[in-house]
Amino acid sequence: MACLLIRGGRVIDASRNLDQTGDVLVRDGRIVEIGSGFNDADEVLDAAGCIVCAGFIDTHVGVRDPGYEEDETTATVTAAALAGGFTRIAALPDTLPIVDNATAAEYVVLQAKRAANCRVHPLGAVTRGHAGEELADLGQLARSGALAFTDSKSAIGSAEIMRRALEYARMFNRPIFVHPQDPTLTAGGVMHEGYYSTLLGLRGMPAAAEEIIVGRDIALAELTGGRIHLMSLSTRGAVEQVRRAKQRGIAVTCDVTPHHLALTDADMQNYDSNFKVRPPLRSPDHVAALIEGLVDGTVDAISSDHQPWASEKKDRELDLVPFGIAGLETLLPLCVKTLIEPGRLTWPQLISRLTTGPARILGLSDIGTLAIGAAADVTVIDPQRTWTIDPSRFRSKSRNNPFAGWTVQGQVRAVAYNGEVRYRAGAD
Amino acid sequence: MPRVVDSILAMPTLTPPSSTAPLVWNRRHLLGLQGLSAAELNLILDRAAEFKRLHAAGHTKLDHLKGVTVGNLFFEPSTRTKTSFSLAAKRLSADTVDFTASGSSLSKGETFIDTARNIEAMGVSQMVVRHSSSGAPHHLARHLNAGIINAGDGTHEHPTQGLLDIYTIREHRGRIAGLTVALVGDILHSRVARSNIWGLTTLGARVIVCGPATLIPPEIERLGVEVSHNLDDVVPRTDVINLLRIQAERQRSAFFPSIYEYAHFFGMNGDRVRRARKDVLILAPGPINRGVELTPDVADGDRSVILDQVTNGLFIRMAGLALLHEASQT
Repeated sequence: MACLLIRGGRVIDASRNLDQTGDVLVRDGRIVEIGSGFNDADEVLDAAGCIVCAGFIDTHVGVRDPGYEEDETTATVTAAALAGGFTRIAALPDTLPIVDNATAAEYVVLQAKRAANCRVHPLGAVTRGHAGEELADLGQLARSGALAFTDSKSAIGSAEIMRRALEYARMFNRPIFVHPQDPTLTAGGVMHEGYYSTLLGLRGMPAAAEEIIVGRDIALAELTGGRIHLMSLSTRGAVEQVRRAKQRGIAVTCDVTPHHLALTDADMQNYDSNFKVRPPLRSPDHVAALIEGLVDGTVDAISSDHQPWASEKKDRELDLVPFGIAGLETLLPLCVKTLIEPGRLTWPQLISRLTTGPARILGLSDIGTLAIGAAADVTVIDPQRTWTIDPSRFRSKSRNNPFAGWTVQGQVRAVAYNGEVRYRAGAD
Repeated sequence: MPRVVDSILAMPTLTPPSSTAPLVWNRRHLLGLQGLSAAELNLILDRAAEFKRLHAAGHTKLDHLKGVTVGNLFFEPSTRTKTSFSLAAKRLSADTVDFTASGSSLSKGETFIDTARNIEAMGVSQMVVRHSSSGAPHHLARHLNAGIINAGDGTHEHPTQGLLDIYTIREHRGRIAGLTVALVGDILHSRVARSNIWGLTTLGARVIVCGPATLIPPEIERLGVEVSHNLDDVVPRTDVINLLRIQAERQRSAFFPSIYEYAHFFGMNGDRVRRARKDVLILAPGPINRGVELTPDVADGDRSVILDQVTNGLFIRMAGLALLHEASQT
C-alpha cells in the first residue's frame, strides 16, 4: 500500500472551495484524507509555505509527435508539462499525420503511456487533413479518446462545415475547439494590426479577424445546440461576445494564454521571432479586457498554448518563422506576475482557471479536484520563490520563449501523478 | 551574445533638432532613420555634401575604405540601389563582394543568416543588406559582428533612400525645417515612406501622406503626419511632392480598382503641376511607371529632380559607409 503524505501546505481545492492549511494523504494513487497529524507514510513531501492543489490541466498543447520530433516528442512535452505543474494536457492534432482517425488518436495515448510522465488526451481533427472540406471520423476519434475536435491553428473557413461539425459532434457530447481567426483577414499576417504594425512595416492581423469568427461560431452553437470552446482569445470584442453569449445560456467556453496577458504588440519592436504568436500579441486595451474576463469568470481557463519549434525554424526572418511560444514551463510565474501580484485574482481563483475550468471544458468531471477518492494528481507550488527564466534549462526540446532572463516569482516544486511523485524541482 | 540593435530599440522620438548634440557618429549600424537625432541626420547629409564637393573638384577616388571589404547582400532583386552602393564603396577604395539571391531559393536551402555568416567569415566587415522581410537586417545585426547598412527591408525602412530624398530637397531649398512634403501613393507597403517620415519630421518638416484609404496604414497619424486622400487638395500647399511607386500586383489584391482609376486620383500630371507652387519639387524614388504615378511630361519636366536623387544617392551611400567604418575603428 504505497502511501504519500504531502505535509503542511496551504491546500486549495477549487472544486469545493477548500482553502486550509493541512496535510494531504494519498494511498494507492487516490486522495484518502485531508487533515493533520498523519505520520505513517512511505514518502513525505514537505509543503510548508507552499500551496497544494490539483494538478494543472492544459486544454491545448502542441505535442508535435508524431512527425515533428525535431521540435518536441511526447516524452519531452510531458516532462515539460510536469515541470510546469500539469498532470494532464490535451494534444492538438496538427501532427504528421494529422490526428483525424482512430489509429492516430490511439498512438497519442500509447506514446504518453510509454513516456510515463503525465496524461495526454488526444484532440481529434474536425476535418480530414485540417483541409476544412470534409469531416474527419469524429465518432471513432471520440471512441479512441479524443475529448474534443479542432482543426488546431487552421480556421474552419466554411460556416457550413462548422455547422455540420457542431451538429455531428453533439452526438458524442464533444465540443469543437476553435482557433478564431478569419483566414482571409489574417493571411500573411505577422502581428496585431495597429500603430506598431505601421511603425515596423509588418503585415497586421486586425482584432476584427478574431471577432468575426467568434460571432459566427457563437451563432452556430446557438443554432445547433453544439458546444464551442474558443482557444487563446486575445481581443476585447471577443471577450465581450463570450460574456453576452454565456448570459444567454449558449454553450461557449474560452481560454487565454499567459503571454497574451504579459506582453503587448509593442514588444515586437526588436523583430524577435520569439514574440511572433497566433493570435498576435495585442495592444494594452485588449490585454486589460482579457484580465477583466478572467476576473468575472467569462474566461474559463488559462492555457499555455505550448508551441515548440526547433531553433532552425524559429531563428529566421520574421515573415518565415512559425507562430508560437514553448510556454508550458513558464505559465505559472507569468500568471503570478500578471494576475496574483497586481491583486486581480486570488490564488483559489487562479487555481480554478488551471484545474476545474479546463476539466469542465474537456468534459472531465472527476478531474481537477482534491476530493476524497479522486485520482491523486497534485501540484505543489512555492508562491514566494523567486527565480530567473532560462530556456536552456527547459525540459521541453524547444527553447522558443520570449521570457528568457525575466526574474519571476512562484515556482512549481513537486508534482504527483496518480499518487506517484513524478517531478521535483532542483535546489536552485 | 545578442547585441542591442541600436536604432530600433529606441522608442519613436520626435524631438526637435538640437544644436547642443555632439556631432559624433557612433553607431555601428544604419538600420533605419527612426531614432536618429537631427544632429546625426545632418552629420550624414553634411558628409555627403563634402563627398559631392570633392567629386566635383575631381577627387573621384578617395581612400576612406582602403583595405576594407564591403559585402552587398541582396536577398531581393535591385538594380539601382545595388549599383549605387557598389559604386559608392569603390569610390572609397573598398573591395566589394556581391551576393544576390531570391528569397524563394534561400528558403529551400541555407538560411540567410548562414549565408551572411559565411560572407563575414571571408573578412567582410561591412554589409549592405536588402531583404524582402521587414526586420531582416536587425536580425543580422544581432548575429554578426559586421556593421550593417539596411538597403531596404520589406515594408519597413530604406534609410539611404530617405536620406537621399532629404539631401535632394535640402540641396534645392537650403533647408528642411518648415517645408511641407507630400508622400503620395502606396504608404502601407512603402519602406521609403517610413524612412522619409522619420527623417523629415525629425528635421522639422511637415509631412502629408496622401493615397487611397486602402494603402494608408492604421494610426500613421501617431508618427506626426497628416493623412489625406485628396491629391488636388494637397498639391497647392506643398513644397515637395514625393511620388511613391505603385506595384501593379497591388491592384490584383483589390487595394484599388484599376491602374487607370489610380492615375486619375493619385497620378501627377501636367494639370496638377500647374496648380502647384511655382517652385515645387517633384521626387520619385523609382523605378517609375510613366503614366501611373506621374506622366512623362512631369517626370522629365523642369520641376522634376528625379535624376538628382540618383546622383545624390551615391554620395549619401559613401557617407554612410565612411561613417560606419569610422565608428567601427573607435
